[in-house]
Amino acid sequence: MIPELGQFALVLSAVIALFLGAVPLAGTLRHNVVWQSLARPAALLQFVLVSFAFACLASSFLSNDFSVKYVAEHSNTLLPTAYQFAAVWGGHEGSLLLWVLMLSGWTAAVAIFSASLPLAMVARVLGVLGLVSVGFLMFILTTSNPFDRLFPMPADGRDLNPLLQDPGLVIHPPMLYMGYVGMSVTFAFAIAALLSGRLDAAWARWSRPWTVIAWAFLTFGIGLGSWWAYYELGWGGWWFWDPVENASLMPWLVGTALIHSLMVTEKRGSFKAWTVLLAIAAFSLSLLGTFLVRSGVLTSVHAFASDPSRGIFILIFLAVVVGASLTLFAWRAPAVTLGGTMGLVSRESFLLLNSVLLVVATGAVLLGTLYPLIIDALNMGKLSVGPPYFNLVFAPLMVPLLFVLVPGTVAHWREARMSEVFWRLRFVGGAALLLALVLPFVLGSWSAGTMLGVFLGMWVGLGSLQHVVERLSKPGRIGGSFWGMHLAHFGMAVLVLGITGVKSYEVERDVRMAMGDTVTIAPYTFRLVGMEDVMGPNYKALQAKVEVLKNDQVIEILYPQKRRYFSTAMAMTEAAIDTGPLRDLYVSLGDPVAGDTPSWSMRVYYKPFVPWLWAGVLFMVFGGVLAALDRRYRRNTNQQSVRTASEALSGSA
Amino acid sequence: MKKFLLPLVLFAVLVVFLGVGLKRDPREIPSPLVGKPAPVFSLPTLNGDKPFSPVDMKGQVWIFNVWATWCVACREEHPLLVQFAKSQRIPIVGLSYKELQGSDASNAQSSEADKLQLARERSLKFLQKAGDPYKLSVMDLDGSVGINYGVYGVPETYLIDKEGIIRYKRVGPVTPEILIETILPLIQQLDKPA
Repeated sequence: MIPELGQFALVLSAVIALFLGAVPLAGTLRHNVVWQSLARPAALLQFVLVSFAFACLASSFLSNDFSVKYVAEHSNTLLPTAYQFAAVWGGHEGSLLLWVLMLSGWTAAVAIFSASLPLAMVARVLGVLGLVSVGFLMFILTTSNPFDRLFPMPADGRDLNPLLQDPGLVIHPPMLYMGYVGMSVTFAFAIAALLSGRLDAAWARWSRPWTVIAWAFLTFGIGLGSWWAYYELGWGGWWFWDPVENASLMPWLVGTALIHSLMVTEKRGSFKAWTVLLAIAAFSLSLLGTFLVRSGVLTSVHAFASDPSRGIFILIFLAVVVGASLTLFAWRAPAVTLGGTMGLVSRESFLLLNSVLLVVATGAVLLGTLYPLIIDALNMGKLSVGPPYFNLVFAPLMVPLLFVLVPGTVAHWREARMSEVFWRLRFVGGAALLLALVLPFVLGSWSAGTMLGVFLGMWVGLGSLQHVVERLSKPGRIGGSFWGMHLAHFGMAVLVLGITGVKSYEVERDVRMAMGDTVTIAPYTFRLVGMEDVMGPNYKALQAKVEVLKNDQVIEILYPQKRRYFSTAMAMTEAAIDTGPLRDLYVSLGDPVAGDTPSWSMRVYYKPFVPWLWAGVLFMVFGGVLAALDRRYRRNTNQQSVRTASEALSGSA
Repeated sequence: MKKFLLPLVLFAVLVVFLGVGLKRDPREIPSPLVGKPAPVFSLPTLNGDKPFSPVDMKGQVWIFNVWATWCVACREEHPLLVQFAKSQRIPIVGLSYKELQGSDASNAQSSEADKLQLARERSLKFLQKAGDPYKLSVMDLDGSVGINYGVYGVPETYLIDKEGIIRYKRVGPVTPEILIETILPLIQQLDKPA
């Protein structure tokens, strides 16, 4: 009964979404205020209905209702309760439902927190979000219904993929989706602005906090995914340039360009068309990611079970949404007025360079991701594009990006003098250069790449620090966006230093170890001292006991496992990691090796600076949150809307 | 106006490629082994008869199917193989691939003979329950034959002709469509009396 109620609520929510996508938008065309004012209640009602459907599915999971096909395929009576709940989004159908839940949640949030916006704008934004919802709900109802029944009902479920039975992965998809879906709010604002024909600073100001918060979620989601891959997949990597990772990185890159470009549009009224295009692109790339992951056009470790009918649906949806948006853009953008003038050297020009570099980087990632598909489509054979391409193309684009980041924060708007900007940064530059020359020697070996990485990391980090110190010495309240910007930039610096450190100094040993054997990665020695069977709730594991010694003292004992899950008989590697402020020690247990004495293959890694990656990501996330919560947005939107309203009045008069 | 149309044009090109891409299967990778003789090996069989070698199949068109009881996709494919075997069209030889992978028994203490025994028990139990489509199955416990065949995703299926040349390779489960549209016509063609 509960699944049918959920299904019913889902159908009803599609009807409401259709209403939301049609009536308020029509109201803006016909200047019908009543129709427009229906947008808010419809958005809230839709959220309630989708939440109810989601709760129904969750309750089916928690009550082990294996008569529901999706539950039977993704859960099991032995599965711990927390994972039974997380299993709701462990497969294609449920994760789409989560997606729609978040979309309706963001829509409801816009409905609630838009008191200061003109009604017509609210109607347009919510209407566009309603239309996007219609698409996703139709997708669920026609191709991916999570409430389908299964007959006969199996005695037990197939269990959640063991790879997904992990705390990191419980929150990774929701965070990532919050980011993806959050981009749809920015998109809706952009489309609403195009529809109204008024792309102005007010529009940029309204979109900014939403975009920044979506960006923060996306950053967190990507970071969690990377962290999960690092400790769960057992080969010690944290980024693989897998198509699905790329699918999340592309909206992030464009989103990063967008939050900077929005600032220029708000402050200076420039780059309007470009900013709108970025907003459309960020959301389109989120949709493209969905297509790539769920249609089976590319092979990936993450890919969902593919189904051509799903692929066709998303492709048509993608074509309609993005095609319509870009047509609207081509129609309206020529009428956009140019903003304030800018000098060749100015904060605008640095930020424009930032945008261009990020977009080019996105293009490079997109090309690399789709290249196998393009070559195959042209009947030119099968190939795959791997990390060497991405590293080769991506890194050189990040170097100038990080370099212009610092002057971009200190240069004056409109017109700045290059000499003045760099004179102000002379100490930061000098210190970064000195550290880049000295630090690699202290840490071990020197290489050009290491030096460049250290320089850029220090340049960005110290640049932010200097700016903060300078600002603190001046009077006046410092807004959240100032702190947010510098925290995020500082996070970027920490991330860059972390990547440089781990790339330059990581040591990997693949060894075969018998009881009592040691392997040394100076100054640490790893000794295998035990091997035993341990039982988990739904798996049995072989667990090694590895002592870590430093100066002949045991400093840590690690317990890497090889798990075998009962339901799927799938073997899983559970790495053991000792984390310190400057390094991780990472041991993963491999297969037994045939031989007279029992021995096992082991991977032992010394991973310097890996914790810095996660710290950097967290700084960026908190920076984003701080910036989005800046009081200025709430205070000023009131004044802004008054101004816009009076403009509108004077315009219509 | 023109420059503002550029994003739309680029996007249209992208959609065309994505649409064509939808019709392709990225997993369908031409194997370098297609057109080459099937690598030779000699392995113990599941029921303990004399060791089997592909040479034994000279003069027949046959299917070589890589499987394991731990492989979920193999279970999906299995009923189709059973059905195909009932038609007695051509024989299927199974390669039980790394049967003990990841299990307790694969740890180094147990002897090779014990392991073989355990793998046989597990495989036989599965085949008794699910049906046995195989003329015979050979036991590749350490996966060394799998390496020679370039096995990287179980199940895998090879179609081998009378001369012992691999004519077709499929990675992943054989679906009814693949069987009807690709494999059966190929068998028809290869199995013609010379």
